[in-house]
Amino acid sequence: MLHGALLGSPHAHARIKSYDVSAARAAPGVHCVLTGEDFGDHRMGAFIKDEHAIAKGKVRYVGEPVAAVAAETEAQARAAARLVEVEYEELPAVLTPEEALAPGAALVHAELASYFKVFEAVCGGNVCSRTELAEGDVEQGFRESDLVVEGRYRTQPQAHVSLEPCGALAEVDAAGRVTLWSANQSVFRVQANVCESLGLPMSRLRCLTPRVGAGFGNKMEAHVQPIVVKLALATGRPVKLVLSREEDFEIVRARHPFDLRVRTGVKRDGTFVAREVEVLLDGGAYADDSPGVLGYSLLMARGPYRIPHARCRGTLVYTNKLRFGAFRGFGNPQVSFATETQIDEIAAQLGIDPVEIRRKNALGADDRWFGGQALASNGLRECIDVAERESGWPARGAIRAAPGKRRAMGFACTAHIGGLLGTGAIVRMLEDGTVVLNTGAVDIGQGSDTVLTQIVAEALRLPLEQVSVASPDTDGSPYNWGTTASRVTYTTGRAVLAAAREVERQAKAHAAEMLECAEADLELLPGGVVGVKGVPGKTLPFVAISARAHWRKGGPIVGTHTWVFDQPTVDPKRAVAVGLPFPQIGVYSFGALAVEVEVDETTGKVAVLRAWTVADVGRAINRAAVEGQLEGAFAQGLGFALAEELVFDGPRLVNPTLMDYKVPTSLEVPYALHAHIVEHAEPDGPFGAKGVGEIGINVVAAAIANAVAAATGARLRELPLTAERVLGGLLQREAEAG
Amino acid sequence: MSTPYPLALQVNGAEHRLEAALGDTLLTVLRDALALTGAKRGCNQGVCGACTVLADGEPVRACLTLAHECAGREIVTIEGAAGRAQALQEAFVETGAVQCGFCSPGMILTAAAMLERTPRPSADEVRAGLSGNLCRCSGYRKIVDAVLRAAETGAP
Repeated sequence: MLHGALLGSPHAHARIKSYDVSAARAAPGVHCVLTGEDFGDHRMGAFIKDEHAIAKGKVRYVGEPVAAVAAETEAQARAAARLVEVEYEELPAVLTPEEALAPGAALVHAELASYFKVFEAVCGGNVCSRTELAEGDVEQGFRESDLVVEGRYRTQPQAHVSLEPCGALAEVDAAGRVTLWSANQSVFRVQANVCESLGLPMSRLRCLTPRVGAGFGNKMEAHVQPIVVKLALATGRPVKLVLSREEDFEIVRARHPFDLRVRTGVKRDGTFVAREVEVLLDGGAYADDSPGVLGYSLLMARGPYRIPHARCRGTLVYTNKLRFGAFRGFGNPQVSFATETQIDEIAAQLGIDPVEIRRKNALGADDRWFGGQALASNGLRECIDVAERESGWPARGAIRAAPGKRRAMGFACTAHIGGLLGTGAIVRMLEDGTVVLNTGAVDIGQGSDTVLTQIVAEALRLPLEQVSVASPDTDGSPYNWGTTASRVTYTTGRAVLAAAREVERQAKAHAAEMLECAEADLELLPGGVVGVKGVPGKTLPFVAISARAHWRKGGPIVGTHTWVFDQPTVDPKRAVAVGLPFPQIGVYSFGALAVEVEVDETTGKVAVLRAWTVADVGRAINRAAVEGQLEGAFAQGLGFALAEELVFDGPRLVNPTLMDYKVPTSLEVPYALHAHIVEHAEPDGPFGAKGVGEIGINVVAAAIANAVAAATGARLRELPLTAERVLGGLLQREAEAG
Repeated sequence: MSTPYPLALQVNGAEHRLEAALGDTLLTVLRDALALTGAKRGCNQGVCGACTVLADGEPVRACLTLAHECAGREIVTIEGAAGRAQALQEAFVETGAVQCGFCSPGMILTAAAMLERTPRPSADEVRAGLSGNLCRCSGYRKIVDAVLRAAETGAP
C-alpha cells in the first residue's frame, strides 16, 4: 500500500502558471505526483458544480490542494509534496462578503454563469445564491406593531472537530474498477462526488465505510476521496491518505459565519406581529452545501412561533477562504442566536416573562410552519412546560451567587426538520431464520445501526441478537442520501419498518400454505415464530419457513422498500419563495432549553452550571441514544457559545490545532446536564419517531446569551461570548449606571 | 531518524521484537507495526487524548512518546484491557457512554489509571481526571456516569 500526501496553496487567490514536479518525482519512494494538469475539467458540488477534485487553473483559498503525491511511506509522501514547485500569479483576494460585494471586486468564480446548478440559483458576480421567503405583508405588520425591536448580530466560523480526521483508501482491481473506503456520512455522496469530479461512470466505483469517528456535517460531502482515487488509478496500487489535524481544519469545511439583521414587531401584550430578517453568509471559495444552509436558515428565521407577517432574505457570497458547509444545525444555530435573544429583549421591554412570551406565541397543533407546511405532530408547548418545570424557572429569583459572581438563567425555544431525500431498506431472512438489514445508512456514532436494528427486531418480534446490520456499500445497499439533516431514524426507519412488514407478509404467506390456514389467521410470536391465532402449539419457526422459501417454493424471503419525502415545504398559496433549494424537507421536531450560568465579575468568564435540554422527538426508539444526541449537541453548542472560533489573519487560518482551537472538555460541560424527552408521535414516523440529531444545538448560544444578559444586564450580539466580550459588556453597563 | 533499530516492547503481556526508527512514536509502532489500532490518532499533538495507553500503569500520550523510550516498560492498550479497564468497558456500554467510540479507548484507559489511585471518586473528580481526553459526540455526562458505575462495581 502507498501513502498519499498533499501540497496546499500558499495564496488565497492566484493563477497557476506552471508546475515543476521533477524534484518530487525523483524523491525517494515516490510513485506518482499529480497536479491539476492531470485532472480533466470535471466539477462536483451538491448544489452548484463549481469545484474540481484538485485546484486547476487557479487557487481560491490558502491550503487548497494543488498537488498530490503517492509514495512508499507517509513521511516520504509528505517530504516529496513539499518539493513540488508551483509558479503562481497572485490575484487580488476577497476575504469578506463586503469585499466580495464591492464594485470591481475580483471574481472568485469568473465562470459561475456556466456552472451546472441543481436548483434555480439566483447568482452572479461573487453572489453564489440569493434566497427569499415571505408570508403576509411585513410592512403592514410593522405598522400594526406597538413595539419594534431590531438588532445586528454576528456569529463566527466553527470547526466540526470530529475526533477522527478525514481519510480515504482506494484500490483498483485488474479490470480498473475502484473500491474506496473512507470516513464519510454517505457512501452514495462519496460515489457521486468522486465520479463527478473525475469523470468516472458511477458503476466503476464501489464505496464502503468502516466505523466513522463522527461527522457533524464535515464528512457529508467530498474531502480527499477524489484525489485518493486518482492516485490509486495513476499508480495501480492501493493508496491511503489521512489528513493531519491541521489539514482537517484548513481544507475541509466549517460552519458559516453569519451577519444578521433582525427586526421584530409586537403588540403591547406580547403578541408577535411581524419579523424581518436579512442575512449575509460568507460561503468561502466553493458553494458546497451553502445554498442549502442559506435557504434552511431563512426557513428557521421565524422560529417556532406564530408571526403572521414575515420576510426573510439572504445573500450567500463567495470569498477566498475555506469553504463553509453543513454543520449540525445547518444555519439554525446562527439565526436562532439572533432571533431567540431578540425575543428576550422584547420580553424585557414589555415586562413579560421570557417563557410566557414564548408560550403565548408558540405554534400550536393547527398552526403551520413558515412557508405553509402543516405540522402533523407538535410537542413545543410540552417542551416549554417541561423545561420550565424541571429547571425551576419560576423560582429563579431566589438564585444567589458568591461574592464577585453573578448567576442567572436563560431560556430559548427551537424546532428542526428531518426527512430530506431518498432512502431504502432491504431486510433479508437467512436460511437459519435470522435477519440481515441493509440500508446504506452510515452510523457515524449517533447509533442508527442500533435504532434500525431495534425497528426490525420489534417489527418481526425477534431478539436483537438475531438481527444484524450490513455495512454501507454502494454495490449492495439501496440508495441512502446520507446521515445528515436529522433524517436517518425517520426516513430510513420508515423504509426499514416497511421492508420488515414485507418480510412478515412473505413469511405468513409461506406459513399459511404450510399450516393450511388463512394468512389473516396468523400472527408473529416472540422469538421468530409464526403461529395460528388462538391455537397454541400450531406454530412454525422462521427457520422452517425460510428453508422452504430457499429450497422448495417461492424463493428466499426478501423485503424491500424505498421512498422519498414528497410533501412540499412551501405552499405557494401561503408564501413566496425565491431561490429556496429544498422543495421537500421533512417533519418537525421541537425543543426548549433552560440554562443557569455564572459570570465572574472580575474576568467576565462564563461558566454554565446547569442545563435542561428538552426535545419532542415523536417517539424515542432508543432513549440513551436520544439523550446522547441532546447532551452532545448541547456540549457542541456550548463551545460555539463561549469559545470556539476559527480565527483568520487575513487569508490564513491561525488556529488550526487543538491547542489553539478549544473544544469543551469535561470541565466546561456541566455534569448537571439534563436531557428530557417529549413524545408527540409523528403519524407516519416509524413507531412515531422523528429526528433528533441537530435540534439540541440550535439555541444553546441563545439561551446562554440570555442568561448572561440576565446576570449582567449586558446584551451581547456577537459570538462567541468570550470573557473579554462579557467583561466589556459588564463594564459598559456599570459605566452607564454611573 | 529513519534508520531502524531493534526494539523489544512489552505490550498487553506479550513481548514483541521489532525494528523502529528513533523518531517513531509509540502510537505509530502500535498501530502500524503491531496492528493494535485501538489507540487513535486524533491530533498527533498530545491534546485530544485519543491515543492514550498505559505505560507501567500510568496513562501516556502514545503520539508524544517515542517507541524506544518504552523499552522495558509494560504497555497496555485497549486491546489488552483487563480488570478495571474491562469493567469500565462494560460500564461504558451499559451507560450509553460510547457514541462514535473514537475517544473511548483513551477515556477508558485514563479512567482505569484514575480508579487505581482513587477507587471511589466523586463526579467532579472524574470530570477533572478525564479533562485531558476530548469527546466531541457526548456531553461527557454519560462518560462520567460510566466511570462512577465502574467504580461502584469495583474491579472484577
